[in-house]
Amino acid sequence: MAGSTPASLTAERPAPAGVAAAVVPRKKARFSPGQEAWRRFRRHKLAMASSVILGLVVLAVLLGPLFWQVPINEIDFASKLDGPSWAHPLGTDDLGQDILARLLYGGRISLAVGFCAMMVAAVVGVLVGAIAGMSRGGVDATLMWLADLFLSLPQLPLLLLISYLFRDALTKILGTQGGIFIMIVVVIGGLRWMQVARLVRAQILSIREKEFIEAARALGASSFRQVVRHILPNALGPVIVAGTIDVAAAIIAESTLSFLGLGFPPDIPTWGRVLFDAKDTMDIAPHWALFSGGAIFIAVLTINFIGDGLRDAFDPRRVL
Amino acid sequence: MAETLLDIRGLKTWFATDDGLVRAVDGVDLHIDRGETLGVVGESGCGKTVTARSVLKLIDMPPGRFEDGQILWQGRDLIPLGQDEMDKIRAREIAIIFQEPMTSLNPVYTVGHQIAEVLQQHEKLGARQAMQAAVEMLRLVNIPNPQKRVHDYPHQFSGGMRQRVMIAMAMSCKPRLLIADEPTTALDVTIQAQILELMQEMKDKLGMSMMLITHAMGVVAETCQRVVVMYAGKVVEEAPVEALFGNPRHPYTQGLIRSIPRVDRAAEHKERLEAIPGSVPSLLDPPPGCRFASRCKYAMDICVRGMPPFKEVGPGHRVACVL
Amino acid sequence: MSRQYIIRRLLVAIPSLLGISVVLFCVLALAPGDPFSEIAANPAIPPEVAASLRAKFGLDDPVWLRYLHWLSAMAHGDWGFSFASRINVDTLILQRLPTTLIVIGAAQILAIVVALPVGVLAGTRPYSIFDQVANTLAFIGFSLPTFFTGLLLIMLFSIKLDWLPMVYNAELSSTGWPWLWEQIRQSIMPVMVLGLFQGASLVRYVRSAVLDVVRLDYVTTARSKGIGERRVITRHVVRTALIPVVTLVALQMPIVFSGAIVTEQIFRVPGIGSLLIAAMLANDTPVIMAVTFVFACLVVMFNLIADVLYGWLDPRISYR
Repeated sequence: MAGSTPASLTAERPAPAGVAAAVVPRKKARFSPGQEAWRRFRRHKLAMASSVILGLVVLAVLLGPLFWQVPINEIDFASKLDGPSWAHPLGTDDLGQDILARLLYGGRISLAVGFCAMMVAAVVGVLVGAIAGMSRGGVDATLMWLADLFLSLPQLPLLLLISYLFRDALTKILGTQGGIFIMIVVVIGGLRWMQVARLVRAQILSIREKEFIEAARALGASSFRQVVRHILPNALGPVIVAGTIDVAAAIIAESTLSFLGLGFPPDIPTWGRVLFDAKDTMDIAPHWALFSGGAIFIAVLTINFIGDGLRDAFDPRRVL
Repeated sequence: MAETLLDIRGLKTWFATDDGLVRAVDGVDLHIDRGETLGVVGESGCGKTVTARSVLKLIDMPPGRFEDGQILWQGRDLIPLGQDEMDKIRAREIAIIFQEPMTSLNPVYTVGHQIAEVLQQHEKLGARQAMQAAVEMLRLVNIPNPQKRVHDYPHQFSGGMRQRVMIAMAMSCKPRLLIADEPTTALDVTIQAQILELMQEMKDKLGMSMMLITHAMGVVAETCQRVVVMYAGKVVEEAPVEALFGNPRHPYTQGLIRSIPRVDRAAEHKERLEAIPGSVPSLLDPPPGCRFASRCKYAMDICVRGMPPFKEVGPGHRVACVL
Repeated sequence: MSRQYIIRRLLVAIPSLLGISVVLFCVLALAPGDPFSEIAANPAIPPEVAASLRAKFGLDDPVWLRYLHWLSAMAHGDWGFSFASRINVDTLILQRLPTTLIVIGAAQILAIVVALPVGVLAGTRPYSIFDQVANTLAFIGFSLPTFFTGLLLIMLFSIKLDWLPMVYNAELSSTGWPWLWEQIRQSIMPVMVLGLFQGASLVRYVRSAVLDVVRLDYVTTARSKGIGERRVITRHVVRTALIPVVTLVALQMPIVFSGAIVTEQIFRVPGIGSLLIAAMLANDTPVIMAVTFVFACLVVMFNLIADVLYGWLDPRISYR
């Protein structure tokens, strides 16, 4: 019981040390682990609310353009920098383009970058962690040293450097949108795998000596099979939590890049790019910056809250 | 009639948890006289530790709370006292040592600093004097080379040595009562005897009383004058030590005594070590009757209907059993 | 703390620095195109001259040799010449570095001053109203991207209220006290943006570390000594809770530097962050490489400081 500090406010209150363990007989598992996790997640009110809000945002970004069929690049100088109105619910930018349409379209890319970069990070992390955990010895030590090294890399400067050096070549091969998208996803993902790798490795080290793995080994299961069948499902919870936080971090990274004018080009209105364009007219058209920045903030905040709720659900003992 | 130092009356310490109210201590009466050693025995989770910590109000509130009862220290009830007044009693009048010497000392301060801290607070000593006094305390508990060891950190001591440091710390203000919460459980058997002996020696030297909490009946037999047996948050039997071992009345006490391994008897009679069947009932929703009824081989209808009252069965020997 | 410990830490930092330099060099070496492609394509330059230039700069050497050359040049402070600013890169960086360090340092101090008391109060009163408010604000704080906070502050304090200058002016005309006053006024917003972001994560670190420590046995021991609750918290809880916090803060440093780059860019603070962005927009490769390397060195240096602090805070470490 000691040390089992719940991460958040809504997690179950820990019973006092020395009382809980002995006196309260743990209730018989009324729920399967999945149901138990869901029960704990539901108790995190902010995470529940965030799930609904993020769900709406995703839905709006996916389906919104079907209903709001204003073109994203229709230039209309007559109505430039207008505030919110019925014709333009979120107003217009300096070229008279509809901000709602641009944010709905750009949101697809911002969210997709976040999700894909997380997938890259998770796949690399699981692979590195699994190899390190199963091999021990020199390979393990080298991989973990590498993870530590990556943790101390200055991420944004490196991200900027890589996008600066590789942008033109990739654009030539894959086209503007595809090239930059892939580059950003791979680089952001490639700089964020360390946490997942450490989690998977730690999980493997702690489980590999447990009986059911011993049993599987006795039955002649190969190492790879052990990892896939037995160890990964156990490591899933913490990896999902880390992955969720990675989505938020990747969205911020992409927005930062675009905000500095070094990410997507102006004709691809990701949220960060829209904010970059908006920042010079903040005095006369603050709505422009507020809506685009607000979109990033809402997405990141809800994802972070969901991550916190998932941490309570899967991994109530971890605090950070 | 000896002077009563500590008198706990009807103490109820409950904890609010997610699963409901845990009645860890549910109506405990016990008293300690000047100069005596009281043993408090029972299985893990019977409320011994919570009782001990309640005396110094070291219970986290919330989730814990004093539901009912009094803790009379020299006639004065401690329960309504504020933090400041409690702090004048802690260490100066009542000191406590814990089960785990490995974790009871702060790893980032030298042991000297931790002992001196008490002296600076209560004896109003200056830093240098307090340090000098800490050296003396370490010498008193037989730590070799105290002049040098006083500057060492807890991790540089063994478990037994750390428990000596804890004793030195507890003794530093010459308290009138020492509460020892399973002080030897975490130690090697050879060290256990040394620590018990040291505590006995300290007690005699300073003329204090002691409340020794343990689950080892052998320890009780050797060091205590009186014994209180606790079960599931309640006292079930209270007796002078000879009476308890000679004529245990509660079936639970009998079970505890039979579970002591005895080399002499085992060899002669090939006797089996007896364990008490079953486990402690939930303190969330305790049964209305005798809490031991579900494990008791003599249990009758009357036992489950209501809590049996205490009855006097000998001088200072009381038992909560219908038998 | 032993001197050996510090020396050992220093020795451990060297491989990480080398590792980071390898990563940087790999990025550079893998980048498509080389600095001489323009020369080679220029018909006015004879191919022999181009070839001799390539040989002089070692471009045809094997990769490892090129790495060693590059490394020894970096180590000697021979960082090249800035095409855009027309001065040596090392001079340029030395001009800019103090500003960055001052902004980051001030922000760290602000973060600690805010986060330490808030985190300790929240951690010692878990689940209280104060804790819930602090925790929610902390979540909002680190979900707000620095570029958005910066713009919001400008909107509020510069545009709406007109209290603070919008951008940083490196060449203030005034001297003496007015100069200092202006300097402080123009530093407030950059320091606040960075400090509050960092402070928000710090609050959560401190809170959870305090939660972990409060339940430990030695805190109960300290309470039983009757030394007063305030002393128990400051001397026994906070002092030990700081140990893990130091490590977490060090792990945060790359994120802090990312924030510094963005902040400098928004407020036009003449530090190495805004220098990096300017160099990228001007294709000034030597400056880009050098600044990225400086950021890497700073991260390693802060990790080193954290290690030393850790050893100083935790006697168990330095005696080992």
